[in-house]
This record gives sequence, structure tokens and C-alpha cells, in this order.
Amino acid sequence: MELHQQTAHEAADLIAAGELSAQQVTEACLERIAEVEETVNSFLVVTADHARAQAAQADERLTRGEAPSPLTGIPIAIKDVMCTRGRPTTCGSKILENFVPPYDATVVQRCTRALLPMVGKTNMDEFAMGSSTENSAFKVTANPWDLECVPGGSSGGSAAAVAAGEALVALGSDTGGSIRQPAALCGIVGLKPTYGRVSRYGLIAYASSLDQIGPLTRDVTDCALVMNVIAGHDPQDATCADIPVPDYTEYLTESVKGLTAGVPTQLLGEGIDPQVRERVQAAIDQLQNMGLECEEVQMPHIDYSLPVYYIIAPSECSSNLARFDGVRYGYRTPTQTNDINELFARTRAEGFGPEVRLRIMLGTYTLSAGYYDAYYLKALKVRTLIKGDFDSAFEKYDVLLSPTSPTVAFPIGERADDPLAMKLADICTIPVNLAGIPAISIPCGFVDGLPVGLQIMGRAFEEGKVLQVAYAYEQANDWHRCRPSL
Amino acid sequence: MAEISPEEVQHVSNLARLALPPEEMARVGHELNRILVYFQQLQELDTEQIESTSHAIAMENIYREDSARESLPVEEVLANAPDRADVFFRVPRIIEE
Repeated sequence: MELHQQTAHEAADLIAAGELSAQQVTEACLERIAEVEETVNSFLVVTADHARAQAAQADERLTRGEAPSPLTGIPIAIKDVMCTRGRPTTCGSKILENFVPPYDATVVQRCTRALLPMVGKTNMDEFAMGSSTENSAFKVTANPWDLECVPGGSSGGSAAAVAAGEALVALGSDTGGSIRQPAALCGIVGLKPTYGRVSRYGLIAYASSLDQIGPLTRDVTDCALVMNVIAGHDPQDATCADIPVPDYTEYLTESVKGLTAGVPTQLLGEGIDPQVRERVQAAIDQLQNMGLECEEVQMPHIDYSLPVYYIIAPSECSSNLARFDGVRYGYRTPTQTNDINELFARTRAEGFGPEVRLRIMLGTYTLSAGYYDAYYLKALKVRTLIKGDFDSAFEKYDVLLSPTSPTVAFPIGERADDPLAMKLADICTIPVNLAGIPAISIPCGFVDGLPVGLQIMGRAFEEGKVLQVAYAYEQANDWHRCRPSL
Repeated sequence: MAEISPEEVQHVSNLARLALPPEEMARVGHELNRILVYFQQLQELDTEQIESTSHAIAMENIYREDSARESLPVEEVLANAPDRADVFFRVPRIIEE
């Protein structure tokens, strides 16, 4: 198998055995980028020199017998929503086109310390708002399984990079499904950790009560290994939990005996493509045969997740994105004006794309005097009911199972003009962010040659159990070994 | 619930500091009305007695020592400024002489 086809842990084993150098692995990914990037367009910027320098440093440390992490020397791609010191961070937006952060996000610091060479910053929907990566101000990323289709979003560049072998692992961010849905559509593994498990310091905020950083990888073992690098307390993020981090690889046991699973009927019914439903049901049946006790569960309030999300997320976004005003960094309108408010308003209208402008308008409206109670407060109360459904379900079950996305990857352009159809792409993933719990998407088959994802949700801070069920299913199948012919 | 009027769209765009051209103002108004109708389904739920949830994971205030520490180098921070003067960000005058 070619080097770029391997999983991170396979390559890491070869590095540890002295059969490969970190520099060879990084070169393999850079060559792969040279080969396929023109058609896939995963990256906004490729940081080849930086990656080479980090790989050389990794080799030096490995020669001295001091590997700081089992993933030392493994090339990583980072979604362009995380700040990288001295390297552009655009968030897929014209308003940050020239922004070069003076500091690293905590996750970037941790990956640097573990010596994972960063090969580039990946494309995304502007400010992580979207489900197809078509909302990027700069380029459209293709799905490596079918170049006419979207890779999903908003972490579409990270998912496509891993699926195409341009990086062996990647980081994304997930506010309503932005790690899991592109992972599903690109046939890889994506985990949204519990809210507070991973530091958000240096993550450019979209909706602060929902955002979380997590791994996109080729298999569950790689996912556990990346979690070992990025999870844990950070004093720079007051919402980051001070709870011990287990070694996530200890949960990879291949056994699901004694565990129980609920299957929310609301997430397997109307709105799910029948062929996707069939694949996901087959995966659930298989897990049941392996000893996972599965039964249907009613979670009536999750039907309201979409309207709740589209009140809460734009409200938080309208506040978070107020900082982009053309004063301290980023784009400023070329129009000369003596009025500071005109400078703000022109800068923002010219710098933000249409979807971001719409969400800022929506959020400003739902927070404005006279409407706050009817929309924002109402949504926060229904969020309590949705969380209550999860709390009751988890009294009975260790995990919950559903499709990740209601459909497989759709053609580029198909939903671009229908915002509501686009938003339906997230009906299975959004409830998870509202409840703050962890959830993973793993490959569970194909429909018409396009990958299908199985979503496994767990209790807060029980990523371990989620990984355990995911690993058991993965090892009983071969989906994670499938690679697109690219 | 009443439709959002063009005047309200104008008011919200002022609050949001977004100078939208007239044609987008109309489009956004139309979109907002569509979305607000979609939100109506939440009124089916009686939430009179329900507490609100702003964060799903229970949290308490985090305190730290109020101690001095180094901040980012001024030159590096100002390197991103669209316009500057000396060690300041430059903007149009906001205080009358």
C-alpha cells in the first residue's frame, strides 16, 4: 500500500520501528497534495516548508529516542478556523483574508508539542456556517469519492484532505455537525467531543455554547490517538473542563457485551433517505448480533432541534462576529469616511459573505428588544427539554445510534440556492451539540458508491464508551479500509 | 405573529452595523420572514415552567489570581491593523473637538 493510503497508527508504527522517517511520511503527503490538490481543493494554504521543518525536528527527537507522542511525525491538516501563529487564518472569509494571528490556538500548540507536522490549513464554509463547504469565500472543495459532489461541511476541507491522503489526520470544529457530517460524506471517522473536553482557545468563535474542536481520521484508533493529544484542561478557556483525560486507546477492546444502546425513532424516520436508513439499520442489527443490547427509544423533543439551533447559533454568532469591524485586524472598506459607524457597516457588508450576513441579521433580530423572549429565551427553554430527552435516554442506555447525515454526498450546486434544504443536512447531528454530549461518525457502507456514516452518541465525558462501540463495529467490517480511487 | 417590515429590516441592519444595499435588504427581509414562520412550531410547546439552558454542561465561575503577565508584543498585534499611527489603531474621529 502506498504511504498516503495508510492510517496514522500504521505509519506511526513504521516510524517507531525505524523503517520510515517522519520526513518520508511528510514528503509522501506533500507529493500527494501536488498530485490531487488541483482537483480536490482541500486547502486554503499548504505550509510545506513549515511541515518539512517540523518533520526534521521530529526525526531528530526520534533519533534521540524521545518521541513526545505516538503520533510524532504524522502529518496533520488544520481547519482554517484555528489560529496559527505567523500563518494566515482566514475562516474562509474575505474579512480575514490578510489576518496573520500573533498566537497559536491551544490545540495547535498541543499538536506542535507532540510534533505533528502541519501540512496546511483547510477550506471551510465561511465562519463554519454551512454544510457543504460551498460557502467558502475562496474555493469549492470536491468530495474525493465523487468530484462532482460536495464533501459536506463546514469542515469539508479537513475531511477531503484525510479521505484523499493529503494528510493522515486532521482537526475540524463542530457547532451543529461540522465534523461528523463531512466525515460521513467522505467515508472517514469524525468525533465531536463533549463540550469542554477540548480547549476552544484560539478557535474563532461561531456559537460559543455549541462549538467544539475534534479529530477527523481514517479509523477509530487514529481518532483515539488524536484525542490523547488534544483533550484536556486549559486555563485559557474557562469553559474547558478540569476533568482527568483517560488514555482513549484503552477503550479499543472489540467488545460491546454488556452495553446497551437506544435508537431514537425520531432520527430514523421521515427525512432519512431510505437507502441510508437501510445501511444504518444493518449496522445496528450487526452490533446487536455482537452483543450490544439495542432498542428503540422515543425522544419527542429532538424534533424541535432545528428551529432551536437556528435561533441559538445565529444569536451567539451575531454577538461573536461583532468583533470584525475593520479596526484591529482584517478587511477595512476602501471607502473614505469620517463616520465610524459607516466604516463599521461598510466594512462588514463588504467583508462578510451572504450566508454570514443573513445569520448576523437573524441573530440580531432574535436578540433585539421586544423579540428576545419570543425567540431566544423560548429556544433556551426548549433546549432544556431536548437535553432532558437525552438525560432520560442515558439513564437507560450507554450509547444512542442514528445515521449521521440523512443523505449521502449531494452534487455541488444542488442545494446552494435552497438554504432550508441545506440545513436539513444537520437534523441528526444538531441535537448532540444542543445537549453538549460527545458523538462520533464512522463509515458503515455505501449507497451508489458514496459513503454512509453511523452516528454513535454517548454521555457527557464518556468519549471512551463511544470509541469502544465504534471500534468494535469498525473491526468487524472493512469499511475503514476503503479508499477513493483518485 | 406579524411579518417583519422593511423598516424593521433597516433597523436590524443598523443594530448589526451592516450596510446592506437595497436589493439585499429586500432579499434578507423575505428570508427572515420564511425563517420566522419556521420558528412558529416552537409555540406548540408549553415552556411556562421550564428553566432555560444557556450551556448544556453545568458550569460554575472560574477564578484565577489577578497577577500581571506578559501580553502579546505590540508590534505583532499592530501588524494586522488596517490603519495605525504610532502604537495606536487609527479610526475616523469619534470625539468632537
